[in-house]
Amino acid sequence: MSEPRRVIVVGGGLAGLAASARLAEQGLAVDLFSLVPVKRSHSVCAQGGINACNEVARQQGFSEWMHMDETLYGGDFLADQPPVYEMTHWAPKIIDLLDRMGVPFNRTHEGFRDLRLFGGSLFKRTHFAGATTGQQLLYALDEQVRRAEAGGAVTKYEHWEFLRPILAEVDGATRCVGIVAQDLRTMQVRSFRASAVVIATGGCGLIFGKSTNSVSCTGAAAARCYLAGAWYANGEMIQVHPTAIPGADKCRLMSESARGEGGRVWVPKTKGDTRHPSQIPPAERWYFLEERYPKYGNLVPRDIASREIFDVCVNMGMGIGGENMVYLDLTHKPREELDLKLKGILEIYEKFAGEDPRDVPMKIFPAMHYTMGGLWTTFTPEERAADPVMDRDSGRQRVTGMALGATNTMQTNIPGLYALGEVNFAYHGATRLGANALLSCIFDGLFAGVGIANSARDEAPDPASLAADVFDAPAKQEQDRAEALRARARAGAPDPEVNPYLIAQELGREMTDASTVVKTGERLEQALGKIRELKDRCARATLADASMWTNQNLAFTRGLSDMLRLAEVILAGGIERKESRGSHYRLDYPDRDDANFWKTTIAEYDADADAPRISYRDVIAPMVEPRARTYGKTQSAPEAVRQPETPAPAAS
Amino acid sequence: MPNATSQNGTVEDPAAPGVGRTRTVRFRVKRCDGPGKPSRWESFDVRVAQGEGANILACLQRIAANPVTAEGAKTTPVVWDAGCLEEVCGACTMVVNGRARQACSALIDTLAPNDGDEITLEPMSKFPVVRDLHVDRSRMFHTLKRLKAWAPIDGLYALGPGPREQPARQQERYAYSTCMTCGCCLEACPQFRLEPQPGRWDTAFVGANAIGQTLLFNEHAIAGELAPDRLDEMLAPGGVSDCGNAQNCVKVCPKEIPLTDAIAAIGRAATIHGLKRFFAR
Repeated sequence: MSEPRRVIVVGGGLAGLAASARLAEQGLAVDLFSLVPVKRSHSVCAQGGINACNEVARQQGFSEWMHMDETLYGGDFLADQPPVYEMTHWAPKIIDLLDRMGVPFNRTHEGFRDLRLFGGSLFKRTHFAGATTGQQLLYALDEQVRRAEAGGAVTKYEHWEFLRPILAEVDGATRCVGIVAQDLRTMQVRSFRASAVVIATGGCGLIFGKSTNSVSCTGAAAARCYLAGAWYANGEMIQVHPTAIPGADKCRLMSESARGEGGRVWVPKTKGDTRHPSQIPPAERWYFLEERYPKYGNLVPRDIASREIFDVCVNMGMGIGGENMVYLDLTHKPREELDLKLKGILEIYEKFAGEDPRDVPMKIFPAMHYTMGGLWTTFTPEERAADPVMDRDSGRQRVTGMALGATNTMQTNIPGLYALGEVNFAYHGATRLGANALLSCIFDGLFAGVGIANSARDEAPDPASLAADVFDAPAKQEQDRAEALRARARAGAPDPEVNPYLIAQELGREMTDASTVVKTGERLEQALGKIRELKDRCARATLADASMWTNQNLAFTRGLSDMLRLAEVILAGGIERKESRGSHYRLDYPDRDDANFWKTTIAEYDADADAPRISYRDVIAPMVEPRARTYGKTQSAPEAVRQPETPAPAAS
Repeated sequence: MPNATSQNGTVEDPAAPGVGRTRTVRFRVKRCDGPGKPSRWESFDVRVAQGEGANILACLQRIAANPVTAEGAKTTPVVWDAGCLEEVCGACTMVVNGRARQACSALIDTLAPNDGDEITLEPMSKFPVVRDLHVDRSRMFHTLKRLKAWAPIDGLYALGPGPREQPARQQERYAYSTCMTCGCCLEACPQFRLEPQPGRWDTAFVGANAIGQTLLFNEHAIAGELAPDRLDEMLAPGGVSDCGNAQNCVKVCPKEIPLTDAIAAIGRAATIHGLKRFFAR
């Protein structure tokens, strides 16, 4: 038997691990690259749970089709529909698989998997393991990949950084045939050959300075693919989570599960009320989400909750003590129940805020959380008969999913280069629903992994047929890039003008201020100007460390340069999208405009201008027509002003 | 309230309500340029505001932006390991004022409330130093491989649900499953020693976290199929009997995992397993 084809997976979070396990199962050799030991990937931070239709919800009227519909409605209809169809219909099978792997899902008295309520749904469809579900799922997949590693199918490159994809002309077309990477300890730069390259590097929270993301979530890997010619889609779609704990170094997530288990958001009815929250009687508390959204209450989707909290604090000045904070209150729930279901997150609050949230309401404010946009990916649609059980609510004979094993599944516009998980743009449209992220990452790895294996086996050229220079030249360029940075190093504090850490802080402040909860064209343009200034300063950035051993200063500065390019993509997409949709809320264009913008934003890198070029592609929507996304709002919102069409008065 | 240029209300403002007076905190950092290089101490003065929620990592970031010692000497940024910053990934474990813990949850207002207070930072001593505060903990992941810390499932295709599980058992397993492989229990253990040679890892003491993981997997219906293999490892040199019962592990575990319960349970299970193995000969 010949040597198995090799596939490179960059990123060891849920998507990268699920892909690695699937590719190994398909008989391929996997080289897994990660900035951190994969067990420490950012997926550990996910708290609340993972969505899937289940037998209880089904008997209450829920279905896979409804899970799909909720996901599309939540995403304001910006997602291509066949991937969402396939993901939601695989979801129950994925839960079963995770269960077999040993994930300690919370249990009912009888030993069945317990369920909780989550945002954007009226049904309990969220499976959970305490309040550290992401950690538990990551560990389960980490274990399966460790098993494959012990069997020789997976080779890990931990503490290695992906620097760029290697592209080559194969049969007259450009194809990805490997990567350049650097060992962040020895600083060795080298190329790696592969029959397919999978990017699974997560989101770009660090571009916003303080976010809920881990320090590895810079977006630099996605930026490097974009700079190499990969399309970046819907960059402007950034999720701001309504409930985070502001801190000096990051904003720590306070899971949506706190509201799913009964947490209530409120502020004192009297502006500037300085009483301790326990001294404020219920009648003097304003439960603004429950009042404004009687149907969904505290469990409206995240973009809506963030805008409402923002409105209450910034526009009305009703935040606690005049600050940008509101209460998230669980004190009415029994301690034992809270510990059973939410202990992990309550401990985080206790450790970082110094108060016990079982006794005192938590103080929270929105923070950047998730990157819906990402590398553009494609798929092969597959029309089939509607399933009588899963699609019973569809009213359709035919549905459109994705063809399993198609070699273009989650492929970027560059053949051989794939993007899985948060780093791609699929599934979540303009807002991600809570507890859909873990699902999309695992589904991507398991489903697309089959097609990627087929591509590596059947479509990729024989790696031995490619000339050595194809690999040596880009490695040399990256080596030179690192050397050029190192040549500018001198010990001590650089001038603030060229200090990479200060440039990064300015980037974060600018992006958070211009491009999160509310945006305007004017402010976005201003930010774009600021980014150009920062790019210029970054090109002259001065290091304080010339070492050729574990030089974090060098890696940070190199990454910053790429983050600035991605920031431009986010801003340019926001400027061009002259409407409001999901998480993208423009004060100057407050309504959704399907006629002009029911489209996917595509950013292509223009190397001559060192700037993105924006164009649009139609959303692939063979099943569900867009409808107004109101979540039953009751008062003075743009949606509520619009009256439903009333029949013309009957002639008398 | 946001200032004039802040439309999203999240701009850092040192004069914001809730943020109090600033003070200087001195960090004494044990530094090392790489394996085999000598260690040295450097001190840094960092300005911290009362109530801003600063932790050790926020201060290390400030040192990175201004790598000048308290004596005014120009130096390089301190190297450290970090990930989630919310005490769930385990990356930023270091020795803070003599005790191993995560630097992210080490809050300055608690550790150094007064002007001029000092905080000492050292790398963990039970793992080889890569540089400064960054150590190489690959031995812990190697041990998980040796213990077959996984469920040997029949592949990734849909084969129906997993085993039903009683809530009490799930709660027990969940506690062990929150182990983030940080190594605090090993740093505190008198029996667990620095071992830079990977060839010796399989005979040196596995440590408390590995024994906890053994219990976690042995308790699951599918992962438990490999319990005999794991108990073989627990009976081998470096297994559970090397535990000296100092009980430091359970005291320092940031997730309060009942590690000594696991050591007792696995000790008993290994003894029974050894007897069975003996009589089955």
